[in-house]
Amino acid sequence: MDLNWLSIVEAHRGLKEKKFSSEDLLNACLAQVKKGKYLNNFITVVEESARARAREVDAKLARGEEIGILEGIPAGIKDLFATKGVRTTAASRMLENFVPPYDSTAAGRLKEAGYVLFGKTNLDEFACGASTEHSYFGPSLNPWNKACVAGGSSGGSASAVAAGQSFFALGTDTGGSIRQPASLCGCVGLKVTYGRVSRFGVIAMASSWDTIGPLTRTVEDAAYVMNCIAGHDPYDSTTPEVAVPDYTVHLSEGVKGLRIGVPKEYFGEGVDEEVRQIVMAAIKEYEKMGATVKEVSLPMTKYGVAVYYVTMPTELSTNLARFDGIRFGHKPEGKEGVEDLTEYYKTSRGEGFGQEIKRRVMVGTFVSSAGYADAYYKQAQRARTLIIKDFKQAFEEVDVLMAPVSPTPAFKVGEKTDNPLAMYLGDALSIPPSAAGVPALSLPCGFTKGGLPVGLQIIGPQWSESLILQAAAAYEQATEWHKMRPEL
Amino acid sequence: MKLTKEQVEKIAQLARLKLTDEELERYAGQLTDILTYVEVIKELDTTGVPETSQVTGLMNVTRKDEARGGGKLVPSGASSSYVQGPLPDELLECSPLEKVDHQIRIKRIM
Repeated sequence: MDLNWLSIVEAHRGLKEKKFSSEDLLNACLAQVKKGKYLNNFITVVEESARARAREVDAKLARGEEIGILEGIPAGIKDLFATKGVRTTAASRMLENFVPPYDSTAAGRLKEAGYVLFGKTNLDEFACGASTEHSYFGPSLNPWNKACVAGGSSGGSASAVAAGQSFFALGTDTGGSIRQPASLCGCVGLKVTYGRVSRFGVIAMASSWDTIGPLTRTVEDAAYVMNCIAGHDPYDSTTPEVAVPDYTVHLSEGVKGLRIGVPKEYFGEGVDEEVRQIVMAAIKEYEKMGATVKEVSLPMTKYGVAVYYVTMPTELSTNLARFDGIRFGHKPEGKEGVEDLTEYYKTSRGEGFGQEIKRRVMVGTFVSSAGYADAYYKQAQRARTLIIKDFKQAFEEVDVLMAPVSPTPAFKVGEKTDNPLAMYLGDALSIPPSAAGVPALSLPCGFTKGGLPVGLQIIGPQWSESLILQAAAAYEQATEWHKMRPEL
Repeated sequence: MKLTKEQVEKIAQLARLKLTDEELERYAGQLTDILTYVEVIKELDTTGVPETSQVTGLMNVTRKDEARGGGKLVPSGASSSYVQGPLPDELLECSPLEKVDHQIRIKRIM
């Protein structure tokens, strides 16, 4: 049996029935990581502490004690989450040697639930990018075609889950960073309602956009991870005290009567013809299952990328101001002329940050600077209000929206690295839900003729994660896409 | 919006980034492309539209002004249980610079 390919639910059942141990599960993951080393999905692997943790769970099982659903389940999480005692780099030279003295809330909750942390997954530096090519540690590759990118920024997380290296992963999604790599690699990725999962201890990118969510191989697994990580946190004042439901209870209730909206702007110019057809076929499947489908319009869609690439860099440049090479960060060595503090800051940051970070920090510094802030930053914030209005109006008529996640399947490594704007335009369909703070999920819904996965994006109103998961589960149960495995 | 190499140099100074000549040249072109693209938002009529800076609907979230960490037991954020917060020296260890008497030694300011 290929233990590493089990779902969380199957692995949990096997542990309880003593068919295998937590250490067996860990060994299966580590072997798969080794086999797929060329994918470059892990920045750090912590075998020793993981093995110790797995053995604790096995001892508990041997004593006949009960275990929770995530207990003894090995996983890697994005290297943006502070993990106590485990190096956390944000895929940046700036934090190459940073070992946090505390846990992020999300990682802390998983730890309390007994998961086995065995590695930190690769990402674009500080979560800025759509391909992981901006990682200081090199790009993660797509398990379906190693000439292609894994997507980003949670590319290592998505590729690791899709390649059977990790039972699940955590990612972060600011403008598409969970959904897009999930779509490109062929796994489930949930971007939650802004504020549903605590951001405490997760290195901030754009604070009013950042969200945290699971990447899994099945919808049910995503629901179980959500049960663990969702909810108010006194350490994150942007987590409202909205009750956390059991996300698994409605998964088998189907979609009869579900009102699906198909936003016409998400199928227009720039969307690959094959992607369009595959996604439309998936929506047809929903009609067969008893849902109703109608076309809707989100006229602000075309402004999403511009709104994002003004407001996000502004928040990013503010957040990254804390990386000064003093409290933490990169220390320039043996540099002549680094005499005073300003020169030290500039050298630390000039050397510590990669190209994409410097580019975005400068865009953010410019559009929020005196004389330009009203035309760029404030105008973008007003436009964001109009994007929110688009979604509010659409959700008066329909329960969920369905569309592609990414206008194209995975692209070739190197294809867009010299053209940042081309890379940004790939976020056009994932940014608007982020702007509105609403939840959205990427669900595997087919493959191109070239053998690359395509994801269906299911978008719902704020706090509708249960409904989105229910809709996703219905399609998953009716199709076989989630059973496809890449050959490493 | 076309940016010159000199303007990029000024932005880099504001952002505390030391850039090479080659970087300044390249960013002048790339930043110009990006700014030209995002200017599409200028065509929108946003008269009377409020600015969105956050989407939670929460207002004035406050807490008691009391010290956290310092080795005291603090809520873990994860549940009702408590964990030991980081000690001051553990936080200082995050710095790449020399520590003297529980302080970080930095370059001269003036």
